[in-house]
Amino acid sequence: MVIDLIVIFCLAVGLIFFAGGTLGLLRFPDFYSRLHPAGKLDTMGSFLILLGSAIHQLFPLTLSTVLSGLKLMLIVVFVFLASPTATHAIVDAGFRAGLEPWKKGDPRR
Amino acid sequence: MKKDAAPQPKLELPHYQEGKKSGSVYGATFILMMGVWILLSGKFDPFHLALGVLSSALVSYFSADLLFSGPLTGRTIRTFFGFLGYLPWLLYQILLSALHVLYLSFHPRMMELIDPQVLRFRSRLKSDLAQVTFANSITLTPGTITIYVNFHRDFSVHAIDRFSGEGLPGEMERRIARAFGEE
Repeated sequence: MVIDLIVIFCLAVGLIFFAGGTLGLLRFPDFYSRLHPAGKLDTMGSFLILLGSAIHQLFPLTLSTVLSGLKLMLIVVFVFLASPTATHAIVDAGFRAGLEPWKKGDPRR
Repeated sequence: MKKDAAPQPKLELPHYQEGKKSGSVYGATFILMMGVWILLSGKFDPFHLALGVLSSALVSYFSADLLFSGPLTGRTIRTFFGFLGYLPWLLYQILLSALHVLYLSFHPRMMELIDPQVLRFRSRLKSDLAQVTFANSITLTPGTITIYVNFHRDFSVHAIDRFSGEGLPGEMERRIARAFGEE
């Protein structure tokens, strides 16, 4: 019962983060600032949703459910390694191509 | 060609120990590969375990120097535990700043709140691994993205507003320096 509440909390908060990420992707003014919500609120959202799923399938506690939980956490590890690297590669490509960052007062792009 | 360019500080190029794979490197890679094999297969009968031992041994034979660039010493192990001690603080920072970007992206007058800027500073972290950790930690904390790091340890960081960027390099760099034993 308490477990269910924790799981529902994790999934709901994860969904809020995903929604914020999508909304930010649409609302922010330029290429670089859009990557802030896109690259990282998504990381937070997938962390919470995978944590929720891991806790949900952990019971009843047996060897195979523990292994599945650890596999889900392994996905989190890879997302946390890959997401900042990919975001950095995209921003770096933008700067190398010469796109100027949006400044306060410029029109939206 | 400009003649009066400022003299650049002398580079300390990282020296990779090619061809010097010690037994500890093979052992550590093998244990890591075997752990991942057991985790992913979830089968404990002799046949699957033997397959795991075989493929882990092959992988660590061919590519042990990809994971560790030098022989394992007490320093490597201390760095590992220092890094583990750094992770909870990083997760807390990620949560704090994720809430900040979440607040920004739901805010009705978001366009007035954000003020993107590019910050430049020189880091004092020496090892490659510490600099990569620092750069990825900056990118992981929402509101800041590392644009590039060059050989002179110059960091360029894109920050979404003044609040996100004001803590850099500051405490994060100090904690990484402590975790990697550079203090």
